[in-house]
Amino acid sequence: MGVEGIGARVVRKEDKRFITGKGRYVDDIKLVGMTHAHFIRSPHAHAKVKKIDSSAALKMPGVVAVLTGQQLVDDKVGNLICGWAITSKDGSPMKMGAWPAMAPETVRFVGQAVAVVIADSKNLARDAAEAVVVDYEELPAVADVHAAIKSGAPQLHPEAPGNQVYDWVIGDEGATDAAFAKAANVVKLDVTNNRLAPNAMEPRAAIADYDAAEEHFTLYTTSQNPHVARLVLSAFYNIAPEHKLRVIAPDVGGGFGSKIFIYPEEMVALWASKKVGRPVKWTGDRTEAFLTDAHGRDHVTHAEMAFDANNKITGLKVKTYANFGAYMSLFSSSVPTYLYATLLSGQYNIPAIHAEVIGVYTNTTPVDAYRGAGRPEASYLIERLMETAARQLKVDPAALRRTNFITQFPHQTPVIMAYDTGDFNASLDAAMKAIDYAGFAARKAQAKSQGKLRGIGVSCYIEACGIAPSKAVGSLGAGVGLWESAEVRVNPVGTIEILTGSHSHGQGHETTFCQLVADRLGVPISQVSIVHGDTDKVQFGMGTYGSRSAAVGLTAILKAMEKMESKAKKIAAHALEASEADIVIENGEFKVTGTDKAIAFPMVALAAYTAHNLPDGMEPGLKESAFYDPSNFTFPAGTYICELEVDPGTGKTSFVNFVAADDFGRLINPMIVEGQVHGGLVQGIGQALLEHAIYDANGQPVTASFMDYAMPRADDVPSFNLSHTTTLCPGNPLGIKGCGEAGAIGASAAVINAITDAIGKNNLEMPATPDRVWRTIHAA
Amino acid sequence: MSTVKLTVNGKAVAVDVEDRTLLVHLLRDHLNLTGTHVGCDTSQCGACVVHMDGRAVKSCTMLAGQADGANVTTIEGIAKGDELHPMQAAFRDNHGLQCGYCTPGMIMSAIDIVHRHGGQLDEATVRHELEGNICRCTGYHNIVKAVLDAAGRMKVSQAAE
Repeated sequence: MGVEGIGARVVRKEDKRFITGKGRYVDDIKLVGMTHAHFIRSPHAHAKVKKIDSSAALKMPGVVAVLTGQQLVDDKVGNLICGWAITSKDGSPMKMGAWPAMAPETVRFVGQAVAVVIADSKNLARDAAEAVVVDYEELPAVADVHAAIKSGAPQLHPEAPGNQVYDWVIGDEGATDAAFAKAANVVKLDVTNNRLAPNAMEPRAAIADYDAAEEHFTLYTTSQNPHVARLVLSAFYNIAPEHKLRVIAPDVGGGFGSKIFIYPEEMVALWASKKVGRPVKWTGDRTEAFLTDAHGRDHVTHAEMAFDANNKITGLKVKTYANFGAYMSLFSSSVPTYLYATLLSGQYNIPAIHAEVIGVYTNTTPVDAYRGAGRPEASYLIERLMETAARQLKVDPAALRRTNFITQFPHQTPVIMAYDTGDFNASLDAAMKAIDYAGFAARKAQAKSQGKLRGIGVSCYIEACGIAPSKAVGSLGAGVGLWESAEVRVNPVGTIEILTGSHSHGQGHETTFCQLVADRLGVPISQVSIVHGDTDKVQFGMGTYGSRSAAVGLTAILKAMEKMESKAKKIAAHALEASEADIVIENGEFKVTGTDKAIAFPMVALAAYTAHNLPDGMEPGLKESAFYDPSNFTFPAGTYICELEVDPGTGKTSFVNFVAADDFGRLINPMIVEGQVHGGLVQGIGQALLEHAIYDANGQPVTASFMDYAMPRADDVPSFNLSHTTTLCPGNPLGIKGCGEAGAIGASAAVINAITDAIGKNNLEMPATPDRVWRTIHAA
Repeated sequence: MSTVKLTVNGKAVAVDVEDRTLLVHLLRDHLNLTGTHVGCDTSQCGACVVHMDGRAVKSCTMLAGQADGANVTTIEGIAKGDELHPMQAAFRDNHGLQCGYCTPGMIMSAIDIVHRHGGQLDEATVRHELEGNICRCTGYHNIVKAVLDAAGRMKVSQAAE
């Protein structure tokens, strides 16, 4: 490893602009003649839109237009799509109602847009929005999944009777029932996985600019995947063909999944920019983020686990109700199915699994992928079950896990996934050692003498990342392939541009991707730049989510680098009058092995472009591209252990120690990997202790600002003790598994297992607020 | 409309703004100092923190008019040319930022915390003092490290001056 190569803790190249205030986010961009959009949103969870009177608003100063959902219909703008088809157990396709970008007839959640005001300034647009009168006829609404599936419940979409989107199953029901019939012990658990609001710190924003002469649109947007946005906007929404639409995602202030989706606001901004003949900017405020960014989680689950007399798991039965909100968001259908139920085997040998997932419409904000997407729900369920089982079977929770760990690889689970490699004992050992698991009993006794309830909680998570083999996801209903692309452009002076379809919105690609180049060529990373986030510069790409950018995106860069190096070696061999097979690349030079003959990389690049002395038949230039489609998912896994104290007088939880032992395969930049884990852990801890997007029974959101929704703050969370155990991923040449979501996947179960251990009661819902913990301690 | 006269990053400016204009919008929209961000609209997240007359303030929570006659420093004004402020350097060296959106407010708050506490900072104090700044990326671990590191560096650079 060089000082800037793979494995080095290189400080980030991108940081200088962020720490000096020179980052360029969408809201920082101004275009000449730009107008500002303000959306008029439904205050009702369910209502008919009877009339929209914009006459007074249109007379106000600076108002350019008031546009409504009916005009979208008239202009034949398409409805929002869901990109993953799920088939119910009876063979029927999932049942979906239409989702227009602005509602012409019916609103189905608080915050759904019905109209937009376009004005010369943001304040004038807001003022005019106050003057638009919308006449609603309120309809009965339902926010809770159980209430929504009862007979007589308010119905959201005629296409989905009973508010049911699908009733999907996976696994072998007969084999699972047989396992339960023979079980020595059965452990049962009901869990709710609380609804979360993603809350990237940068609110979503869009600027649309229509060039009438060229009939061309440019969209600046807060996107994790600008090419997918362009594809969807072109292919489904009838806005513009792909070659007439440029999508730019500049600096993006966090995503966590919520910026994968193509939302109504950017569709409307594009459409409106052509209608008004001026650029249109929309920047959401925080309440709009709470109302309209796709939420995460929101499962209600009953599960049962069967054990034999030796405490080996013999079967698992799961029934989950997933709340989708009022409309099916872009990848929503896949989250509680192929991203959730396929991980229900956890780190364990489970011979038989059967899971049923019922997707339900409610009058709430749509739910889709949020950091981890389905895998946190699976991991939380399994790790709560294991802890419950250990308590019921009266065995040590770590020992019960060890008894059931998968130790032979590859391992085919009963729910599709084939785990390629791992060492679950190694990460459990590392975490137990780091937290001094053996010494816990003495520490608990000591705490007790001071009136505190001390608990320890283990969570052994596994996830499927590197999403994903295109053929595999295609066979499961995905509407897209999930490969990645890359292009390596060597300039005549030997500097290098790497174009990638991955998108960095905090992950540090501008540094880590350069480290691969530095590692291979021995050039400093200052000679390399990463180009991403612009559909006019990068031909295509699938974007960043699912911890895929290193495992898939960086591998695509590696493939392109190999092609470039192969051509460069031919040029060097020709110049050095040597055999291509004898050329090695070291410290920025192409050398003839075993001799002192060498040519510097910039000279090779220059030779490629002067083309004065190239091998016969070789094209000039030094630029190569590659598309990489992974052969399997990757399987990051690890153990998190949390030790904490509960004050029985107040129910308040205080962290004592939190250790993480992760296996991410090869690490490119350990400093950045650790940062990803820290952030993920706090999102998992936030779910466990603080965060909950709450609706009342009528679908009114109760938590629509940071005054009401408890975001984790610095003094809510501990510092962390991290370590890594490594098994290299055999599925990609760099051996990378991915690290972006692990913390959010594994942390919440460790926290709840620790609190329930401390208080000696097994049932406790998230978020475990002091009030809830106190009530649980003192419940009869 | 009113004319607000103030000093921003050492430069005297006079800006005509609507009376309802917030300080953050004066900075972002009128002076193009877009390093100061808006993250929440309810004074919770701290992405908009700047210094006014040497104290950290949330620029989304005051009218531009309230800054009339004041000396305002934004994230763009704390480095000395190419030499980063010790807090900026510490955030970079400790990987105290990821997406960068909360970072300017974090850095401006953190400088104020060090000024108020001098060398007496510990982890618990830093965590408590950062309650008005929300970060969704870093889990705060490296931000806390950066602030403690910078507190040491600022002491050294003060001693050197």
